[in-house]
Amino acid sequence: MTLLGVRDLVTAYGSVEALHGVSFHVDEGEIVALLGANGAGKTTALRTISGLLRPRSGEVRFAGDRIDTRPAHEIVRLGLTQVPEGRWIFTLMTVDENLRLGAYAEPRVPREALDRVFALFPRLAERRGQLAGTLSGGEQQMLAMARALMTRPRLLLLDEPSMGLAPVLVRQIFHTIAEINREGTTVLLVEQNANTALRLARRAYVLENGRIVLEGPGAELARNEAVRRAYLGVGARPRGREGARERPPAP
Amino acid sequence: MQIALQQLVNGLTVGAFYALIALGYTMVYGIIRLINFAHGDIYAVGAFLGLSVYGLLAFFRVGDPVLATLVALVVSMGCTGLLGVLLYRVAYRPLLRARLSILISAIGGSLTLEYGLFLVYSPSFLVYPHLFGRAGLTAGDIQISWLQILIFASSIVLMAALYLMVHRTKIGMAMRALAINQDAARLMGVDVSRVIALTFFLGSVLAAFAGVLTGLYYSQISFLMGFLIGLKAFTAAVLGGIGNIPGAVLGGFLLGILESLAAGYFSSRWKDVVAFAILIVILVVRPRGLLGERVVERM
Repeated sequence: MTLLGVRDLVTAYGSVEALHGVSFHVDEGEIVALLGANGAGKTTALRTISGLLRPRSGEVRFAGDRIDTRPAHEIVRLGLTQVPEGRWIFTLMTVDENLRLGAYAEPRVPREALDRVFALFPRLAERRGQLAGTLSGGEQQMLAMARALMTRPRLLLLDEPSMGLAPVLVRQIFHTIAEINREGTTVLLVEQNANTALRLARRAYVLENGRIVLEGPGAELARNEAVRRAYLGVGARPRGREGARERPPAP
Repeated sequence: MQIALQQLVNGLTVGAFYALIALGYTMVYGIIRLINFAHGDIYAVGAFLGLSVYGLLAFFRVGDPVLATLVALVVSMGCTGLLGVLLYRVAYRPLLRARLSILISAIGGSLTLEYGLFLVYSPSFLVYPHLFGRAGLTAGDIQISWLQILIFASSIVLMAALYLMVHRTKIGMAMRALAINQDAARLMGVDVSRVIALTFFLGSVLAAFAGVLTGLYYSQISFLMGFLIGLKAFTAAVLGGIGNIPGAVLGGFLLGILESLAAGYFSSRWKDVVAFAILIVILVVRPRGLLGERVVERM
């Protein structure tokens, strides 16, 4: 079943169009990757879906309903949550307060959501009382994801979750994404780190200058010559074996 | 010493007014980075509405001063709070992304309110009812009126309530969150516009409270009364560190005390000169205010 359907989406900043009619979909239960170079329009696409930006035309449907005219705070309540690029955690507030803000729409903080989040990110449980701005980069990424999970989303939009993290942490974050997906949350993943993203994703789309130029199963795109040249840094040495070692558990 | 103590008492009273008004400036600046120039005039509107309520109550022969004051405060605070929300909706919300235009809009709001009061009420001073007289406590040569005690104590209670609301409730948590990053708050399901409206409401309620009490304290009000006190309260907010709630309270009381001491030791004509000269010195030494501006890190 299609959970998210994006059709002919056009988004502009003032007179500059960033998306020129983008269409794609995400089915319930999938991990879908959205790849592309800097400035291709990946973040713009996510921010339009989550309601932070208004599209000029086209439509976004979530679980069958049009959401492209609804404000961001209502879209979250429908079960679609974005973890923004750069994390945007509330630096001057504690870890605990950040998590409670995730449950803002609910009358009280749901116990099981909190338990789940601490099971996924035990580090955060140890730092509940600490100011979020004092966490390390990896911990801040965990907090951003944990805070989003507190909204109990059906669909999680992840914008560059691995940005600026050491390889060990990147592996850990991708591991967690697979885990979150296995527990039933659908994921739309935007990544620079195309190699890892393609291994994790069932399907992927490639954005170029505001248009989808390629789509297909993750594994297939990983072998695609154009993708390899553009995003995977092809050449130096065969990556197959090394890739197999890094592969996170399949969703 | 006597002069110092007496002026300290007066300074704490005036400082309570500055602090109450400074809170409105600092809360609005803290969440949308706007210097709400109309805030001083919101305070004036609060004073005038209070006067109208006293008039009505006198007409219906409600003589009890405490009851009359309670009603005047509640009605004025409620109506002025709604006026603050209206100001936000009409003059500021459409311009949130236009930094300069919104400032001009704030000046426009200020003049509209001032000359609205001029037209609706009066171009000259109006007299507030004398309900509480000068009775009070006397210790040696130092006099403290009951009204001064009431002003100081009730202001402290309101400020404490505001502080608890911002730090202990969910809506307060949302206010702090959107002060740090509005879009992130939106992504958590916070209706940002509603929280901003609430901030205007609270700031205006505190200003109206100060308005009615200044009317009682100075016994006269005028349509321009918000101008200078607005500037001073804004100064107090900057002095404490704009965007910082305890800072606004500290700045307000400090300014009130400095002014009163200057009036006591020099003359009341010199009070602004002395007080503001000291303020300039403090700001030169600590440009971000005494408690520090809440510098927002966007990461």
